[in-house]
Amino acid sequence: MTQAVSFRGVCRHFGIVRAVDGVDLDIADGEFFAMLGPSGSGKTTCLRLIAGFEQPTAGHIEIYGERAEGVPPYRRNVNTVFQNYALFPHMDVRDNVAFGLRVKGVGRAERNRAAEEALELVELAGYGDRRAGALSGGQRQRVALARALVNKPRVLLLDEPLGALDLKLREQMQEELRRLQRALGMTFVFVTHDQEEALSMADRVAVFAHGTIQQVGTPEEIYRRPASRFVADFVGSSNVLPAEFVGAGPAGCWASLRPEDIRLDPAGREARVTARAYHGRVVKLGLELDGQTLTALVSPAETLPEPGQTARIGWDAAKVHVMEPGA
Amino acid sequence: MTDHAIFPPRAGLVARGVDWVIRHPRMFTFLMILPIVLWLGIVYIGALIALLMQSFFSIDEFSGVVKHEFTLSTYAELLRPSNFDIIARTVVMAGSVTLASAVLAFPIAYFAARYARGKWKALFYIGVMLPLWSSYLVKVYAWKLVLAKEGILNWVFAKLHLTWALDGILSLPVIGGNSLSVSYLGTFIVFVYIWLPYMIIPVQASLERVPGPLLEAASDLGATPRQSFRMVLFPLALPGIVAGSIFTFSLTLGDYIIPQIIGSGRLFIGQAVYTQQGTAGNIPLAAAFTVVPIVLMGFYLWGARKMGAFDAL
Repeated sequence: MTQAVSFRGVCRHFGIVRAVDGVDLDIADGEFFAMLGPSGSGKTTCLRLIAGFEQPTAGHIEIYGERAEGVPPYRRNVNTVFQNYALFPHMDVRDNVAFGLRVKGVGRAERNRAAEEALELVELAGYGDRRAGALSGGQRQRVALARALVNKPRVLLLDEPLGALDLKLREQMQEELRRLQRALGMTFVFVTHDQEEALSMADRVAVFAHGTIQQVGTPEEIYRRPASRFVADFVGSSNVLPAEFVGAGPAGCWASLRPEDIRLDPAGREARVTARAYHGRVVKLGLELDGQTLTALVSPAETLPEPGQTARIGWDAAKVHVMEPGA
Repeated sequence: MTDHAIFPPRAGLVARGVDWVIRHPRMFTFLMILPIVLWLGIVYIGALIALLMQSFFSIDEFSGVVKHEFTLSTYAELLRPSNFDIIARTVVMAGSVTLASAVLAFPIAYFAARYARGKWKALFYIGVMLPLWSSYLVKVYAWKLVLAKEGILNWVFAKLHLTWALDGILSLPVIGGNSLSVSYLGTFIVFVYIWLPYMIIPVQASLERVPGPLLEAASDLGATPRQSFRMVLFPLALPGIVAGSIFTFSLTLGDYIIPQIIGSGRLFIGQAVYTQQGTAGNIPLAAAFTVVPIVLMGFYLWGARKMGAFDAL
């Protein structure tokens, strides 16, 4: 089956900076794909390579089986929702949304009708006459989405689209993006540094670091079985420990133990409490166990030790994930 | 260290005065605008009104004495073919200079705004501003030498065996002449050279404020480079172009030195004012000539404001 996007040994170097360094990647048709990583990890550059704003310095990119190297953005049936929306300030909302159709020579009546339809899709019907500057952040976000969707692209690229929104609005938009993607059956490629966002929305996630992909998998695979210490730490801030320390594997290997899998256990090992922070649903404990620093998330209902006191902790051996040697 | 949360009032007349003004924001604003109001109101507007009044007087044909009676006859004189030609010539020149400046300035400003960084940006600013730091007269006389029949430009054309092309251009009616230094074309070239920086800077400022992702968005949505320019970049740069054109247009309208040194000898508005108030001693007509650029610029600024040009200044 043809992949929506495929990267083979793709590099993008800026002078000595290796923004993207040998990436192999396949994104399936109709998939909601997230690229997750800290800033500077190369995820945005990968998105820009798909959009055509950047050209690879080495390797090959195919979009629906067609070679994309050297093809300018305006010849790609791929649209982007930009981080700060990049709405045209000198046009009203309707003209913004209809822009893609206008440059393709669609007549005014036809493109206005399509723009109105796209605005309806993002629940902004009737906002066509407003200026982009007169909208709230969430509304601009929806206009940017409508402006991309109206072109019915083969792949929709979203560059940290929810980063500028407040928490409530962000959760609402997450659901809505998911709903739209299912309804349209379109391939979405989504860049984010927010691991929760990536896990909750995507069908599959690629974790980026230093211009390379660390792991690709479903959210559950990424979370339950991180392939490397970096992934374990970046996704869900796992406790990364020597495998023999948790009694779960050969020497030289690393193991990941999720903070929420550590519990207070009268029969467990004795650890010193170094910090305690109340988070509402959970309480975060900083612990020191035989020279290793651990983080635990425990229920606030329990009677909790104060910092400076000792606590007995334990975990289910099945929850410990041992990584491949060298990872 | 004192343990008070509020410090006692400051001593000294100046300090107390300053504290008082800061507590009274309206007073602060008033004191800030007072000097400029005095300057504009008395020196500038006052002089302008005096000038305007002169234009409504007339001159006695025989004695050459100014008659202090209200009349529109001086303005009627402006419409005489010989005077009207001066106005038309100046306006056409100002318009052409503005258009040429805009066309030349855009790529330079675009390069400076989009690509020049660090050293190159400094070089750009020096390159654009340097001509403004040297004497205007020196530059104009230098151009006279460049454009003269025995000048360097003729020499270059001759060396390139292109004299026929230069002669062809010079033989064109109206804009041509014996040499570039005595033709309208020469006046035009020097005007463009002298005023170009005033166009480049505002255009660069407006281009600098066009966010890069906007052009990427246009391209992403399928706009070819030409469409991106026409539908996104140009409309967003337009306020800067209009702001620059205010300078190039008004400066050309009022200048009387360049056409005097380089040109066909036919008068421009500035020269007409100069001769009327000097040798001819016709102050009312000089004043009426002066009112023409003011009125033209009034309309121009009104139109420019409608296009949002002053947001880019």
